[in-house]
Amino acid sequence: MSELRPVVVAVIFGMALVTYITKASGLWLLGRINLSERLEAGLQILPGAIIVSILAPELVSGGPAELAAGGVVLVVAWRTDNVLLALGCGVGAVLLFRSLG
Amino acid sequence: MSTDSVETHQAGETGEINGTVDESERTDEPMEFGLAGLRAGFIACVPVALGVAGYGVAFGVLARQVGLTTAEAVLMSATVLAGAAQIVAVELWEPSIPAAAIIVTTFIVNLRYVLMGAALRPWFSRLPPLQAYGSVFFTADENWALTMGHLRSGGRQGAYLLGSGLAIWMFWVAATWVGAVGGGVIGEPSSYGLDFILVAVFIVIALSLWEGRSSLLPWAVAGAVAVACAQFLPGRWYILLGGIAGCLVEVGRFDE
Repeated sequence: MSELRPVVVAVIFGMALVTYITKASGLWLLGRINLSERLEAGLQILPGAIIVSILAPELVSGGPAELAAGGVVLVVAWRTDNVLLALGCGVGAVLLFRSLG
Repeated sequence: MSTDSVETHQAGETGEINGTVDESERTDEPMEFGLAGLRAGFIACVPVALGVAGYGVAFGVLARQVGLTTAEAVLMSATVLAGAAQIVAVELWEPSIPAAAIIVTTFIVNLRYVLMGAALRPWFSRLPPLQAYGSVFFTADENWALTMGHLRSGGRQGAYLLGSGLAIWMFWVAATWVGAVGGGVIGEPSSYGLDFILVAVFIVIALSLWEGRSSLLPWAVAGAVAVACAQFLPGRWYILLGGIAGCLVEVGRFDE
């Protein structure tokens, strides 16, 4: 149930290592190299662009129930700023819309 | 991590010239690194960390759904400490464990930390390396923003990032455990609508990353490229390709 498999631990440590490299290299590297503002803007946009790249194909291939529930999540998160409430409403909405479909 | 030394590099005696930004700005006062800063950062960050915990619970549930054990999910939260990247990793996770895709994508999603670390340089370059490089492990979006606020408003507590980061870390790890244990007792995810949580989490994260109309074009390109690549390419590489396309759009249109 709660064991640690060596392969999984290795992947997790790989993730931890590359993450630490990104966190430390701003301190270390940028004393030696100058990033252009253009490149900075590109790095800044990366997480959002990647999240959208995950979402777009999911939503395109999803049915109307998933799309509508996605809209519910968006509105609740935007209005309340409450992550768990938005997720809870989304799950409730998808169950409701699927049962209607 | 109980270092109380006060670092006093000799720095230029030139004071700040009202608001004019200079390369050596604000590097003329010694930094402190002690319990006071640790405590101040921790306390300021607790309300924020409570919000982060919401993502942690979701991450724990999702991690169990894709086959990670509770211990593995908690280990990932404790050692990686990067919310969006961890949730993306779980999205990529399969029984065959595509290690290369997971680690490369983690790196790309986290590249923004390079910028955040760079922003800390004027202050952190004056701390001893162990304090500076130990503290940056605890960088997350939320406590970095708090720390920058502290430093820019004249604060000199070098341990602020560590203190606020410890608050994030504790809530993130604990929330992961709660989510993983809770997620583990749930049977078939789709019968509870839980297969939808991943999409829902990404929608919430996307909303938090939205920076107004300037996000629209790069995001639209990223989405379109991802949808097109998902049709024609095997595996999950469309995620990186879409992200890189959005990034290139942003780089290309800069200073328009």
